[in-house]
Amino acid sequence: MPDRERVYRTEALILKHSDFGEADRLVTVFTPYYGKLRLLAKGARKPSSRKAGHLESFTRTQLLVARGRNLDIITQAQMVESYAALRRDLWRVSNAYYIGELADAFGEELAENRPMYDLLCRALGWVSELPNLRQALRVFELRLLDVVGYRPELFHCVGCKAAIEPDDNYFSAQEGGVLCPRCGKGRGGARTIPLAVLKVLRHMQTHDDATCLQLRLQPSTLSMMEQVQAEYLTHVLERRLKSVEFLHLLRPPTA
Amino acid sequence: MSATPRPVTRLVDELSRLPGIGPKTASRLAYRLLRSPMEQVLALSEAIRQVKELTVLCSVCFNIAEATPCAICSDPNRDTSQICVVEDPLDVIALERTRQFRGLYHVLQGAISPVEGIGPGELRIAELVARVRQGTVREVLLATNPNLEGEATAMYIAQQLAGTPVRVTRLARGLPVGGDLEYADEITLAQALEGRREM
Repeated sequence: MPDRERVYRTEALILKHSDFGEADRLVTVFTPYYGKLRLLAKGARKPSSRKAGHLESFTRTQLLVARGRNLDIITQAQMVESYAALRRDLWRVSNAYYIGELADAFGEELAENRPMYDLLCRALGWVSELPNLRQALRVFELRLLDVVGYRPELFHCVGCKAAIEPDDNYFSAQEGGVLCPRCGKGRGGARTIPLAVLKVLRHMQTHDDATCLQLRLQPSTLSMMEQVQAEYLTHVLERRLKSVEFLHLLRPPTA
Repeated sequence: MSATPRPVTRLVDELSRLPGIGPKTASRLAYRLLRSPMEQVLALSEAIRQVKELTVLCSVCFNIAEATPCAICSDPNRDTSQICVVEDPLDVIALERTRQFRGLYHVLQGAISPVEGIGPGELRIAELVARVRQGTVREVLLATNPNLEGEATAMYIAQQLAGTPVRVTRLARGLPVGGDLEYADEITLAQALEGRREM
């Protein structure tokens, strides 16, 4: 467990919680230095709990945690950032759930990952404010793959290592990147990736957030990116994400 | 070979499936039952059997009841123009204790939780919309829990009811009785300010 001290202090993003025992709550959080943690919030389901409100999903909170025998126990909580704007809009909420599920799936317990923490904070900011959440999620997915070590190879063919030419190439989730037309044709599990889509993905991999979020993309390009990235994420995680269905159900016709 | 007789192991296994009961508590309960008089054990097993056999889901409000429609839905003294929407049967009991609400209920059987794969389709939302469309309802009071799942559920239902002539209301949110302003979080406090009342 973190340190040897009996109590430790950490900032945390609340990812999810579930009921535990009579009136307790099991809270899954992501922290900058301890990675993902599962903590116990005693009495958090009572209306008079002093912690419950500070432990709502998708808020950034300052925690004081006491080491327990099995689970560490949250003794104090003070909300730092409520992302209030996302709570008022169901479409934004569904996007936050998707981010939360990905963070939970990729987060490792007790493994420091400061870049991932910073990314999650930024991403919750995006889904609270930005108009084009579909694009924001694509940027988030690419960044997340970077910080957890699954960055897809988009510049060299994962088959023959040759530089990728501006052509209609192939993408293989199994092999983790792009295949040149010669290697990709007829290869099992490889799908064609239009040049326009590959260009945007490469641009997003090499430019900063602000530039990527402001790109004006065709709906068809975004839709293709979503398919390719979903396929890759499903392959890496070896399962389908549950919150995707809800996301699709709520997507406004304009997004 | 295990030293524990097989019937005891079986009981321990069954008990430890219950929420909040771990293997230790389960063993303690099992040995306690072993020592209890026969009639007490039979009464318990009978009660467990009956709770499944003698209850039904009310076909109108989806609350757990002895008959369908349930006692509340068939009570002529209740106001049929109001429906209070809750997540679980236990919420009905909590609201009934207040004796403030005289309308009918609708139990969703949960709340939207995308991460657990619980979407609107898994809840009794379509049935609620159908109930509202029958025309006697004038107000739908959304009393889902004041957390993100409950709010998401309430927002979704409000969207589904948009375009129907009913008034859709939400249970007030704010500071709890016995609470402490100093410990209130900013979401609650902001909502308490928003919902302030004349004294």
